Amino acid sequence: MEILQFPFMQRALAAGLLIAVTCSLLGVFLVLRREAMAGHGLAHVTFGGVALGLLISVAPVWSALGVAIAGSVGLLKLKERAGIHGDTAIGIVSSAGFALGIVIASMSGKFSVELFGYLFGNILAIGPGEVWVSALLAAVVLASVTLNYHDLVTITFDHEMARASGINVGRLDMLLAVLTAVTVVLAMKVVGLLLVAALLVIPAATGLIAAASFLRAMVLSGLSGGLSVLGGLVFSYYLDLPASGAIVLTATFLFLASFSLKGPTGRRP
Amino acid sequence: MSEPDVLFDIDNLSFGYGGERILEEITFRVTRGDFLAIIGPNGSGKTTLIRMMLGLGRPDSGSIRIMGESVESFRSWDLIGYVPQRATELDPLFPASVREVVAMGLLPHKRWPRFLVPSDEGVIDEALEMVDMVAYKERRIWALSGGQQQRVFIARALASKPEVLVLDEPTAGVDADAQERFYNTLETINRMRGVTLILVTHDIGVITKHVNKVACLNQRLIFHGSHQDFCDSEQAITLFGPDHHLICHRH
Repeated sequence: MEILQFPFMQRALAAGLLIAVTCSLLGVFLVLRREAMAGHGLAHVTFGGVALGLLISVAPVWSALGVAIAGSVGLLKLKERAGIHGDTAIGIVSSAGFALGIVIASMSGKFSVELFGYLFGNILAIGPGEVWVSALLAAVVLASVTLNYHDLVTITFDHEMARASGINVGRLDMLLAVLTAVTVVLAMKVVGLLLVAALLVIPAATGLIAAASFLRAMVLSGLSGGLSVLGGLVFSYYLDLPASGAIVLTATFLFLASFSLKGPTGRRP
Repeated sequence: MSEPDVLFDIDNLSFGYGGERILEEITFRVTRGDFLAIIGPNGSGKTTLIRMMLGLGRPDSGSIRIMGESVESFRSWDLIGYVPQRATELDPLFPASVREVVAMGLLPHKRWPRFLVPSDEGVIDEALEMVDMVAYKERRIWALSGGQQQRVFIARALASKPEVLVLDEPTAGVDADAQERFYNTLETINRMRGVTLILVTHDIGVITKHVNKVACLNQRLIFHGSHQDFCDSEQAITLFGPDHHLICHRH
């Protein structure tokens, strides 16, 4: 295929597929825990981390990772201890993170173009080093989900029942919070911070509509995420579209196709 | 009663929340083989009491010992199966199959990382057979009726081969025929398998036909003893009034 002759496209495809599959698998847990918008909120926090990295001349992926993990853990603790709803906690943490980014960007006044790249994504500009960092972080997330798969399914199904079974629910909540932060940072280069939630939510929703078991939902979500990146890059190349938008629109098309074929899933009447 | 036969020893337990007393000076024991019904009006503290017994909340004062160990240091949670009240309120979009739900009950027995092994299939089948649901193994849990779902949740709890099964209002929203089949299943589990049952219920019928011990709660423990002693007590007449004779008539 002509599209694969270019090294930048090979890198985009490799990193994009890894990241999309990772986001899709984790997204299944987030959607079922009704924490889908946590990814959107953390993306705003991550914006502050990127701005901080650019200001202090640290690779933005690492500063973003630190700030996103701190934001995600803060979100968890706020929900647990402040007695407020999850969406309120997301609103507080995400607004504070985004405001931090705006203030830092304004103070330095020199890196608005770079920041734009993180806001809207630039998968075609991924360098060889970034592919390896993406592969490393994706491997950490995939290994964590695999090794804790049954525990994560159980706490997602019924938190209290899991606690009564002696499962360390607090440790697993923390693990999910950290993994969510890592996947948001991974996804920002593929679709941009403004569309990060799309990679976490849409493929997961596609898998959940179509599957009759949790494991099948995970497999279908991963496939849907991978196809979204593949289709998005192909459309982007041949139709001269922005890659991030094409990826998210492909994911949305797959969701609508799944919905049309399967119909809404619900409780037995 | 020898100490090894005492599964739960609750001593002078009190708990309050937001300035309101919910449980006061509760003392009773659950012994091996009991089929105990915890009854009482709404807001009497029944669910709070079993949450404390399962280590899901801490009392303000008093103590709970499980199989001789304090609840804080107790770690053998695989010996206690729990079927929560909210089973019918779980997310209908959750795509779990019956098999996957029952498999969750195997986790407390396993060390991290808790992968399933081929022999676990036999345990899952055995648990489903006990509640007569093995034919539904690959069905999505939300495709089942309320009564069938509850039988699956019992199978999930039984998969860890517990010595005690704790059920919180398990037949809420289940039709009368399904309730009767459900309680017959519980009675079989209690008599044939020797599993001790603790059942929080509003259902007068279950007290009538199935249980052998009754704990009557209204912030304080106002009665604890055998079904027959309960029938002879003033508390039964006070609590159930004209229905008293229905409770105390064994078929």
